[in-house]
Amino acid sequence: MTVDVQQLLVKQEVEDFLYREAELLDERRFEEWLELFTDDVRYFMPMRRNVPADELAREFTREGLDVNWFDEGKDTLTRRVKQIRTGVHWAEQPPSRTCHMVSNVQVLSAAGDEVCVKSRFLLYRNRVETETDVLVGKREDVLRRVAGGFQIARRKIVLDQNVLLAKNLTFFF
Amino acid sequence: MSLDGLVDVARGVISREIFVNESIYRQELEQVFGRAWLFIGHESQIPKPGDFQASFMGEESVILCRDRGGKIHVFLNSCRHRGMKVCRYDDGNTTEFLCPYHGWSYGTDGALVGVPFAKDAYGEQLDRSRWGLIEVAQMENYKGTIWATWDRDAPPFLDYLGGYKLYFDLLLDAWDGREGGTEVIGGIHKWLIPCNWKFPAENFSGDRYHGVSHRSVDMVGIGPSGKGRRDMQERNEARWLDVTFPDLGHSMIAFLRKHDSPIAPAYQDAPAVADYFRRCEEERTRRRGELWRLFGGPGTVFPNASPLARQPRTLAVWHPRGPHQTECWRIYLVDADAPPEVKDFLRHYYIRYSGPSGLTEQDDMENWNYAHAASRGTVARQHPYNYEMGLGRATESFEDHGLKLPGRIADVTVANASENNQRGFYTRWRQFMEAKSWADLKR
Ligand code: FES
Ligand SMILES: [Fe+2]
Repeated sequence: MTVDVQQLLVKQEVEDFLYREAELLDERRFEEWLELFTDDVRYFMPMRRNVPADELAREFTREGLDVNWFDEGKDTLTRRVKQIRTGVHWAEQPPSRTCHMVSNVQVLSAAGDEVCVKSRFLLYRNRVETETDVLVGKREDVLRRVAGGFQIARRKIVLDQNVLLAKNLTFFF
Repeated sequence: MSLDGLVDVARGVISREIFVNESIYRQELEQVFGRAWLFIGHESQIPKPGDFQASFMGEESVILCRDRGGKIHVFLNSCRHRGMKVCRYDDGNTTEFLCPYHGWSYGTDGALVGVPFAKDAYGEQLDRSRWGLIEVAQMENYKGTIWATWDRDAPPFLDYLGGYKLYFDLLLDAWDGREGGTEVIGGIHKWLIPCNWKFPAENFSGDRYHGVSHRSVDMVGIGPSGKGRRDMQERNEARWLDVTFPDLGHSMIAFLRKHDSPIAPAYQDAPAVADYFRRCEEERTRRRGELWRLFGGPGTVFPNASPLARQPRTLAVWHPRGPHQTECWRIYLVDADAPPEVKDFLRHYYIRYSGPSGLTEQDDMENWNYAHAASRGTVARQHPYNYEMGLGRATESFEDHGLKLPGRIADVTVANASENNQRGFYTRWRQFMEAKSWADLKR
């Protein structure tokens, strides 16, 4: 068996990047987190329908066409961060406690300056006294090589829920 | 359960009990949700024969379905044999609903068509014509929106809307003043919130008072012109009218432009969109004349369907899930013949404004959550809520430069807000909770 050292290095690099991102979110360093995104980033989280097994093509709401949980670029992401910093965004006042667990990191392709990555997340959110949400799903990222590392050029978030069980989505995936 | 001492609309005092009490909640399911006209869905969600869409009436799952002949039905989603849900998909197209338990199957018109071993097991016993899917007592397609009631004695839907039609049409008529013509953008926001269903229903009915809730989004700016959370100029130049129909339960936050008002600039973030809406407004002045001056905002069709008749143009439904939880569903509307770039602009605005991921409504849910939670305690329940704002200031004969508007209207241009609409909502709520039947509810 031969080991492709180059592939291993890319995977290691990607994992380090994703863990560092999780760290920034959980430490509420949202401005630094924003810098991890390219200016033309697409940040997309569809809703999921219950459909028959032979109609799974319709399972997800469509990017750019349907109403989704998120379907936006850097401008809106930036405004979300600014909103949290206003001090009067009551849904994050007092701030939520989050823990982003990232696992099952797979590098799907690495061509040119872009790396396609799939991972799993387990996002624990706890706030005020006993309010608790556990959100589990997958992310598909396109990472772009820039000086000194990566930036996220595209993120698709697939949440494994139909009716959203959280009252709001005031945190980031 | 007697509501004496719990709902005193004349004095503007309402007990917290009605939000948290289990037996009041069960009575609501029977007497409010079992009798009222409820919003089910939109015909653009089921355009073809065999199309169906799951929905709810109160706590109960229903199927909105267009049968093979093109007729629209609303059925209880429960098999007549042992009750299994016959449809567990959110939407789709089908020739039949096959019960996965023992295999009874129903046509898209609700008829019981298939019964395994029918001859051998039942002989001549089973009269299939009596065992089709349970259908609502009345159904109405009003300008593309589908409504239904379980009560055959309920008045026709148009009587149920009454004078509120003028305001509700602000949601459903085309922006340029033609009748109807809306469609739903694909996808329904569905999410659970930990509060009684009446928190969102009364908030949408007319709560102009909660500016502080949304201060953060106003500071950040997500509106169609890049500022605030919406286009404000047309509102700032208008009279602010809180409109309610206490004997119907419907309300809306409405606005009336001055009789010589020009069209206010809006949608300044996108010149093509701004142009489109300006042309629509011009066309609307031609079609509607003086009524062009009237435009809407949030409202509630009693009991739990809340239009937002301006932008973001939506229809939300607050499905009860026990006294302490609500399942919110929201559809987003556009004129079907609006250009693609307009629809896309609005879609983005809808997403960043509304629902659990919307910068505006996230803060509503936080307030409803903890208002409800803090109202459950033994001591808290002994102290009612205050609904006194603007008591005695409304008129039933509103007129502005010869334009008469229906409803009990509080002009809050100076006051900023009133609880006129909430009082209207609870007046009707109490009538439903005390009436023995629709005979009592009809004036
Ligand atoms: S429950 Fe449906 S066939 Fe028995
Ligand atoms: Fe609000």
